[in-house]
Amino acid sequence: MDWLYQFPFQYTVDTDAIDSGFRSFAVSADVILSAIRNGLNSLLTVINDILVFIPWWVFVLAVFFIGFKQSKKITTGVVYAVMLYLIGMVGLWDLMIPTLAIIVAAVFISILFGFPIGVLVSTSDRANNIVRPILDTMQTMPIFVYLIPAVLLFGLGRVPGVMATVIYSIVPVIRLTNLGIRQVNEEVVEAAKAFGSTKLQSMIKVQIPQAFPTIMAGVNQTLMMAMAMVVTTSMIGVAGLGLEVLISVNRIEVGRGLVSGTAVVIIAILLDRLSQGWVKQREVEED
Amino acid sequence: MSDIKENIIMKTENLAKLYGRNKSEAIEMLNNGASKAEVLEKAGVTVALWDINLDVKEGELFVIIGLSGSGKSTLVRCFNRLNTPTSGQVYYRDEKLRELTKEQLIKFRREKIAMVFQHFGLMSHRNVIENVEYGLEIRGVDKEERRKKSIEMLHMVGLEGVEDMPLTSLSGGMKQRVGLARALANDPDVLLMDEPFSALDPLVKRDMQFELLKIHQKMKRTIIFITHDINEAFKLGDRVAIMRDGKLIQLDTPENMMTNPADDYVRNFIEGADRSQVMSVRNVMITPSTIVWLNDGPKRAIQEMRSNNVSSAYVCSQDMDFKGVITLEGALKLQDKNTKVADHMITDVTSVDAEATIADVMPLAADTKFPIPVLEDGKLIGIVSKASVISTLASDSIEEALEDNQTQESA
Repeated sequence: MDWLYQFPFQYTVDTDAIDSGFRSFAVSADVILSAIRNGLNSLLTVINDILVFIPWWVFVLAVFFIGFKQSKKITTGVVYAVMLYLIGMVGLWDLMIPTLAIIVAAVFISILFGFPIGVLVSTSDRANNIVRPILDTMQTMPIFVYLIPAVLLFGLGRVPGVMATVIYSIVPVIRLTNLGIRQVNEEVVEAAKAFGSTKLQSMIKVQIPQAFPTIMAGVNQTLMMAMAMVVTTSMIGVAGLGLEVLISVNRIEVGRGLVSGTAVVIIAILLDRLSQGWVKQREVEED
Repeated sequence: MSDIKENIIMKTENLAKLYGRNKSEAIEMLNNGASKAEVLEKAGVTVALWDINLDVKEGELFVIIGLSGSGKSTLVRCFNRLNTPTSGQVYYRDEKLRELTKEQLIKFRREKIAMVFQHFGLMSHRNVIENVEYGLEIRGVDKEERRKKSIEMLHMVGLEGVEDMPLTSLSGGMKQRVGLARALANDPDVLLMDEPFSALDPLVKRDMQFELLKIHQKMKRTIIFITHDINEAFKLGDRVAIMRDGKLIQLDTPENMMTNPADDYVRNFIEGADRSQVMSVRNVMITPSTIVWLNDGPKRAIQEMRSNNVSSAYVCSQDMDFKGVITLEGALKLQDKNTKVADHMITDVTSVDAEATIADVMPLAADTKFPIPVLEDGKLIGIVSKASVISTLASDSIEEALEDNQTQESA
């Protein structure tokens, strides 16, 4: 009766072959890979330098003003400012900067590629059918799995960190750009057509601006997903707040973990509120 | 209504639009006279339009009416090729729209035809003036010129000082005026309007209909107007096409449609219409029996009135030019004197034109002491009494109303 509990056909996937195939790809594509690596590295350096150059109180004031402007309440601005100040107060400011740099770079790259892909996908049902399962896979694949090829291709450090983050966080921009453009009121699109717009004119002058709130919601999601990768990427040697959390986990230092973890949460809340508030404000204006 | 040149500006020829896979099977079924429901059941094909032949004359306000699902919106979208027909042709003057290349089609839409939408189709990310400018903008008209033109169009539709306001601050009626201004700004030969006033409340709707008629008078544009409201159709349309299940049932002037409905469907449809708005006085007037001439004496007038059993007589010149009315009392007073009726008739008599609608006459009929004379080019061709006006409104069908009037004696 054993056969009832056994799979009739068995095949062992030759993971070694995949590994070696991937390695030889990494070697042969080295020219391109190092070009990407260098490009990303200098992008990160520039962003990091800018963030380091700006004094802490400029950030705090900026957060206060944006918070105040969005909610029309001074208290909100003050709360945001105090939250940000706390990070510096506990001495984590210098760790926050590289983390922010990676998030900014990842979001920038995600929008740079994700937005055009989203626009393209919105114009073709066939492209949509092809891209959708790929996006599903990208989102549901355990995030650690991305780390392995990223390390193999780009070595350790912040460059593979950004790559892994982008793969994970590019999905919402594509999805919501696509969705937003498809959801634009049909009559409005018809009107654009009826007045003799070319496809490009209709897209640039009507569909994308109409879809803008949804697209911004996608950007907000991307930001949050990039934030979620902070601790994960520290496993491949990305410096910053994530690494601090990882170290405290490894050493079982509860206090240190709590402080650095709280800092991560504060940054996440601030980024979310500040970017989301902007989207909401647009929606209120338009509706 | 308005002066229509007889040039045909748009025309459809055996136009059909089907949705589904088995189109060839469906076409064969339809050719054998199958109904829309049968085709849907057997071939799985939705028939949106079938065998539509109509022509729209230059300068005409052409109304297409039908219930929802009758294909009227599909039809109007064939005129600017937002829908490409399955078979058949749509002509703009001598051009077949199907045969236009992409570039020609864009040029056609930019220069010849514009559209107004049911839910306005306005772009919420642009303010009022930017919406009106849209058509000109994509044509590449320079900024100053398009702004000037757009402001002019906004004034034309009765909007001033709203140029820089966001759309959200406008009411529905104002939004549709913006939609209309946007369409007019393009200087189109043909204006398509897809149920433009259905989303508006009744009072605003009436204003907009009036505004549209004014603009139509002023600009002499060809307008193809879609509606499901029979009163709106008859009020606006020079000619009306009734659609049912994707087919054209009848195409005629509102008045002919009222008096000669093609079938029971049309009859039912127009039953809801306010016939006083459509029927002209010509249809309900009766022949005046008591006519006296300018030179006649009072005695003949009295005799005429007596023999016809009425209390007033209409005074005409020899070639039937209407001059006035003489009443029985007036004539009796003059009886013994040697005068002519011409010297003692009442000259300030309200008269109506034969083309006036019954609705126009109604307030007059309530005030007047004797039946209202109906004139055509100043000549008396009939009279219309209070009773005949009222009976038109009360009777269930036009035929009945007409019969009633024939049998009635003038009061």
